[in-house]
Amino acid sequence: MADKKATREAYGAALAELGEKHDFVVLDADLAEATKTVMFKKKFPDRFYDCGIAEGNMMSVAAGIAATGRTVFASSFAMFAAGRAFEQIRNSIGYPHLPVKIGATHAGITVGEDGATHQCLEDIALMRTIPGMTIINPADAVEARAAVEASLSVDGPVYMRFGRYAVPVFNDAETYKFEIGKGVTMAEGTDLTIVGSGFTVQMALEARDLLAEKGISARVINIHTIKPIDREILTKAAKETGAILTVEEHSVIGGLGSAVCEVLSEECPVPVMRMGTQDTFGKSGTVPALLEEYGLTPAHVAEKARELLAKK
Amino acid sequence: MEQTTVTQLKKHALNIRRGVIEGTFNAKSGHPGGSLSITDILTYLYFVEMNVDPANPRDEKRDRFVLSKGHCAPALYATLAERGYFEKDLLKSLRKIDSILQGHPDMKHIPGVDTTTGSLGLGISAACGMALSAKHFGDDFRVYTAVGDGESEEGQVWEAAMFAAHYKLDNLCVILDLNGLQIDGPTAQVMNPAPHDKKFEAFGFNVITIDAHDFDQIEAAFKAAKECKGKPTAIIAKSVKGKGVSFMENSVGWHGKAPNEDEYKQAMAELDAQEGNI
Repeated sequence: MADKKATREAYGAALAELGEKHDFVVLDADLAEATKTVMFKKKFPDRFYDCGIAEGNMMSVAAGIAATGRTVFASSFAMFAAGRAFEQIRNSIGYPHLPVKIGATHAGITVGEDGATHQCLEDIALMRTIPGMTIINPADAVEARAAVEASLSVDGPVYMRFGRYAVPVFNDAETYKFEIGKGVTMAEGTDLTIVGSGFTVQMALEARDLLAEKGISARVINIHTIKPIDREILTKAAKETGAILTVEEHSVIGGLGSAVCEVLSEECPVPVMRMGTQDTFGKSGTVPALLEEYGLTPAHVAEKARELLAKK
Repeated sequence: MEQTTVTQLKKHALNIRRGVIEGTFNAKSGHPGGSLSITDILTYLYFVEMNVDPANPRDEKRDRFVLSKGHCAPALYATLAERGYFEKDLLKSLRKIDSILQGHPDMKHIPGVDTTTGSLGLGISAACGMALSAKHFGDDFRVYTAVGDGESEEGQVWEAAMFAAHYKLDNLCVILDLNGLQIDGPTAQVMNPAPHDKKFEAFGFNVITIDAHDFDQIEAAFKAAKECKGKPTAIIAKSVKGKGVSFMENSVGWHGKAPNEDEYKQAMAELDAQEGNI
């Protein structure tokens, strides 16, 4: 079994590591211990600014810092970054296309016991509507670190989505090449394609094994960059496998599934099914219990894949 | 302040007021009332106070101005034109489809605009970010931001005030344009944000209250702000909404309405008459 690590841990570690050679500042809104920006704070206390529990102000402050030509990361939970501070991100950061790097942790249902108020299932949908916003949803700790580093060279706003829950690390830190906007074919297949993003990529790979036992060949694609999305890899998969199953830890409204449908309806319409939360809020529970409740397990994915194949 | 300087500033201010009327008249929309109340402060900022160079509007060392009350863009644009950032003729293109002069300030396309604003409450926070950046990275520019009294009903204004005082942003100067009116009526009746002086004081600001149309008081306030160390300054600028155009003065209706042709002519005639009295 691969090591497990939360992508938020990788975010904090990446800030602390990259802070050595890049002269940026980090903002947080009283959640440094949770978002893991505390790792940067401990190493560079003079470059860390707590904004208190005032996320709207923090995002506009970040815009001001970026407007002076300096590099800044702003962190909070996805709910309070994309949700609470949506308008500040849109108007202070997005509209003037300022290169603020937003590190949003505790995204999705895997927040667990804190429940619906803190389980952000709509941040990707919200961020996708902002012109020029780059959205990265890393699948594991290796990809998360790579995303943070890549964000430094983006000349515009970047929204990075990290999770609270420890998830398997399957990419090899030594060899993994990360490129914003480029999907990754994790495994080849011919009968259908399962598209994951974030930790559901691992789930898709496990579902692929279950399907293989039944003689079904599933391709697995990792869409770590939701915007700009890799149209080419998706179109190719639709052409070659004829059916697409999306799996995400987000509402199926506006997230990965929607983004994939937007591409395929224009480029290569094929049957698509979207897994994620189905127009519902989350609830309290352990992560395994929640994933079971909302149908986000390899077994559920495999079952949905068979349902999808019937539509081909 | 020397009389010749005051005379010169008054002339600039009159031209800026003409620009506000010209812009909103041609656009057939816009916000003349709050533009005219902040005009004298803008005049002082851009002609005396701020270290800026119209020939090099992106100079990293420049002082910054953030029009947090972004709807008063006509005054900012007219000030920038008067200062030489672009041709005055451009003011006639305000809000038109191919113009760079957007309805609200746009830092990406308008020379001299330091921050994109318009959604109330956001600008003062951005100004805090700029001031923090200057302190952190060892730049010695100062940051000025104009906030409306109606705007101060936005909670984010006070989040920003808390932030500015907490990080001792003495390179930040907030100008609270206290004109007493907002869209729905007098601020005291719509949602009373008073008293601004005591609120800013309680948040940890150095507070100075002035007549927003008296250049000697404006000068004294900005000098005192610069000398104050360890805390940000808030200048409570008691102003007259619509200042300079009789029928717009202290009139709620002129918050966001453009003059028609007759009103335009009357406004311009009044401003011309004032020139003779400088």
